[in-house]
Amino acid sequence: MRFARGIGLAARLLARDYRAGELALIAIAIVIAVASVTTVGFFTDRVHQALERQANQLLGADLVVVGDRPLAREFEAEAFRRSLAVARMLRFPSMVVRGEKNVLADVKVVTPGYPLRGEARISAELYGPDRRAEAIPAPGTVWVDERLFTGLELAIGDMVSVGASRLRVAAILTQEPDSAIGFLASAPRLIVNDGDIAATGLIQTGSRIRYRLQIAGAAERVDGYRDWALARLQPGQRIEGIRDARPEVRAALDRAEQFLNLAALVSVVLAAVAIALAARRFLQRHLDGCAMMRCLGASQGLITRLYAAHFLLLGTVAAVVGCTIGAAAQSVLAYWLGTLVPVRLPFPGWMPALHGVVAGLLLLFGFALPPLVSLTQVSTLRVLRREFGVPKGMGLAGYVLGFAVIGGMIYWRAHDLRLGSMVFGGFVAAMLAAGLLTWLILRGLSRMRHSGMSWRFGIANLQRRTLGSIIQIVALGLGIMALLTLTLIRTDLLDAWQKSLLPDAPNRFIVNIQPDQVQPLNAFFGVRGIAQPPVFPMVRGRLIRINGRGVSSADYLDDRAKRLTDREFNLSWATRMQTDNRIVAGEWWGEKRTRRDQFSVEEGIAETLVIRLGDVLTYDVAGREVEGTVTSLRKVNWDTFNVNFFVVAPPGLLETYPVSYITSFHLPPRNAELLNTLVKAFPNFLLIDVAQVMGQVQRIMDQVARAVQFVFLFTVLAGLTVLYAAIAATQDERLYQATIMRTLGANRQQLARANLAEFAAIGALAGLIAAAGANALGSVLAARILNLAYSFNLSVWVIGVIAGALGIAAAGHFGTRQVLKVAPLKVLRQIG
Amino acid sequence: MVLDASAQTLIRVSALGKQVTTGDAELTILSDVSFEVRAGEAVAIVGVSGSGKSTLLGLLAGLDTPTSGTVRIDGHDLYALDEDGRAALRGKMVGFVFQSFQLLPAMTALENVMLPLELAGAAGAREAARAMLERVGLSERLNHYPKQLSGGEQQRVAIARAFVTRPKLLFADEPTGNLDAATGAQVIDLLFELNRESRTTLLLVTHDEALTQRCNRVLRLAAGRLQNHDL
Repeated sequence: MRFARGIGLAARLLARDYRAGELALIAIAIVIAVASVTTVGFFTDRVHQALERQANQLLGADLVVVGDRPLAREFEAEAFRRSLAVARMLRFPSMVVRGEKNVLADVKVVTPGYPLRGEARISAELYGPDRRAEAIPAPGTVWVDERLFTGLELAIGDMVSVGASRLRVAAILTQEPDSAIGFLASAPRLIVNDGDIAATGLIQTGSRIRYRLQIAGAAERVDGYRDWALARLQPGQRIEGIRDARPEVRAALDRAEQFLNLAALVSVVLAAVAIALAARRFLQRHLDGCAMMRCLGASQGLITRLYAAHFLLLGTVAAVVGCTIGAAAQSVLAYWLGTLVPVRLPFPGWMPALHGVVAGLLLLFGFALPPLVSLTQVSTLRVLRREFGVPKGMGLAGYVLGFAVIGGMIYWRAHDLRLGSMVFGGFVAAMLAAGLLTWLILRGLSRMRHSGMSWRFGIANLQRRTLGSIIQIVALGLGIMALLTLTLIRTDLLDAWQKSLLPDAPNRFIVNIQPDQVQPLNAFFGVRGIAQPPVFPMVRGRLIRINGRGVSSADYLDDRAKRLTDREFNLSWATRMQTDNRIVAGEWWGEKRTRRDQFSVEEGIAETLVIRLGDVLTYDVAGREVEGTVTSLRKVNWDTFNVNFFVVAPPGLLETYPVSYITSFHLPPRNAELLNTLVKAFPNFLLIDVAQVMGQVQRIMDQVARAVQFVFLFTVLAGLTVLYAAIAATQDERLYQATIMRTLGANRQQLARANLAEFAAIGALAGLIAAAGANALGSVLAARILNLAYSFNLSVWVIGVIAGALGIAAAGHFGTRQVLKVAPLKVLRQIG
Repeated sequence: MVLDASAQTLIRVSALGKQVTTGDAELTILSDVSFEVRAGEAVAIVGVSGSGKSTLLGLLAGLDTPTSGTVRIDGHDLYALDEDGRAALRGKMVGFVFQSFQLLPAMTALENVMLPLELAGAAGAREAARAMLERVGLSERLNHYPKQLSGGEQQRVAIARAFVTRPKLLFADEPTGNLDAATGAQVIDLLFELNRESRTTLLLVTHDEALTQRCNRVLRLAAGRLQNHDL
């Protein structure tokens, strides 16, 4: 009963307070924090749901046995014996040619029954209505996706060349399960009947073929088969089930999720600052009222309940509004990033909304509680004597709960203790550094105090409220920095990287050259007067032992290491080291090598797989073992786009194994028609266009950057909220000061100019901090990830400072213009 | 709860003292103050600035705690109660009018007057508050915020808020201190009219001679001691 009364009264008080505008800032801060967290939350929830519920559709089966060599017959025979449905699939990249056009495609070779789960959909015309495919392509025909269809300028019924075969295009593929992401996702797709593949002549040494055996059936039979098959897996083979479906999709999305979550948390931190500032102001404005209520007979308990209910209502309403915005905004993320997920995304669930509301309320209570507790402890004597001021607060210690909430959210969102600690530590360190820098600059500005009056007053204002000024500048700087990094610094880095590439660097790779094609290829170039590019031998092998100890992906935590141990990679041999390589440890064998069983390993991969100088590596090459000692580690400059290998042996070790060749060369744009002739002459070649691959990488980067930029919009909004909260917190003081100055004869213009000067200084300093932060971030990215010497970008500083000063001056002027309108006498009477 | 035998006496103050420590020095603000106030009386407390008037009023209203002595209100030993107990007693029988009005700026005139009834959980708060504002002549100003009202109007809202709970006892601290003479006189007229109508006991702190003359009795304070019993 008493509680109900408290809630009812709290609701009425809330409505009255809100009308007076004092709580709007707290509400806005919560809305922004919750909206930014739930935008990411709803989106990732959709992706997770897609991965959970549609796992078997993503897989096209209930279980898939995968290998990079043909799978033993017994896998298929056992599935039949257990009455399971079976479909075989091969998958490899190949050139597809029509007339003068050729495209590198992802070819899927399927048997009847494909797909066992989910559906493939086809259409008879481009962008026309599609229907479920009832069978696989008939012998002699293929299905191609929209991109291959448009890339080759095809019409239904046209013939295309795949290897040595000519096949007829029967339909356009609009949807299929088990489509890939990443590099292959960007390759157009073609589906062909298993019966046609032998005639293409594409199954040969060095072909990058993945063999997939799809299995489907009753759950317990599939489980039984899984147990049976697990015991028979050879190196290079693995099982994908619906529980571990699409690890590459999951890994990519986990990384995207971490990144987006951390971006969202920056807004949460700023919102917390705004809430703390606004709650303090709320306290100051309600001290009299609270003392009055105590006077009128309200107990301390009633006031506590009243304000707790008050804030709970406010927080809940604001959090619900935030969730609603988040639910709408997530569709923007789905638009930018949805293509990374190969299925249609389901509607988001309720959990992210719940998380959002809880996060909003925790934030509110973490940062509004200390002032609230002070409020209930107000002395009733204040009604008689104003000098009984603000009750002694809990100081910074009061915000322990708040800091714990923020720390907890970072750990929760980062999904990783190490990353969480790094982010939290980095964040605190960056804030302290920015705060210190701001403090130093503010101190330096005191030398400007004998400049014009407006400046003097503006700067004096900043210095008088040093802590408040630092908080505002750092908070705004963070928001501006996020934007600068994603706009100017990003394009800067890309430009710098592209410029670092030599203009005549190879722009085409040819893979899959057979030994008997090396001479004809050289002749092909020679006839056309083109310098013959160096051709490198390549042997595919799997690392099976280091120093006699078996290597398994389970030994490594690192994703890249797991992938490297699961797959075959390319070994080569050479007498001389490539010019873009540099020995960092050990010695190259040179011309007069003493032994042939040695390897030179690229530094980065050695670090990933924990390979040291002197280790003995054992590779499995086509079922035979080859062994060698690591005698040198090399640093490779990959940006030259020359052909390079992770592991190189001296001549004499690998020649007896199945080998194919690879080369790279620079093709001037005017010679583009050469490629068609080349592909027609050597249909098994894979031609890789570097510019196209880089274009694809850049497109994906752009998509991710746009998504992150969108999340950072919340950061900018949160930064502005901090500015307004800080303005509001000083409003009474500004009013008083303006009044005194006006009674002393200052006019409105003079006061407005002083305010403008103050906010322009805040904006310029925030822009400066932002430019410093963005440049620091850019140089770290350049040095650590792109291996570039980063040149500091002047325009970032200029734009940061000028845009910061103008933007914040405008916002600050807007926020304080009321102060100038109030009649001085009114203020004096209120204060008196 | 201890009940006093004499129901006629509404306030009984015995040997009330208040000392505060500032630095090393003990400062005596009130010393050995004793008096009684009967129900229905209007009593003025006067004295120069710093004589202890406001401290005495604060102690009588239970807003502060004394160093020594007792205060009984309607038979209740005020300082045998805890802070919440005193707040409950105030809510039940005490009204306040202050020099600085103390209206809540976020609330309209009507909402300010409703507040004490709402805090007490009383039914019909809106109607009672509206009637009270009509009584003080502000029926046209119900939905105005304090900052939209003149000083005199604000003090009339405060008076309406003080009387709306029909208190037995009304404390007023310099009620005309922030008003010009003419407005102050109107406010005083209103205060005494309402006092008569509702037979409230009135205790007020003032500098205003005109005001003291309308009271039944004047208590003079000097340096924290009561100078006379002007019965």
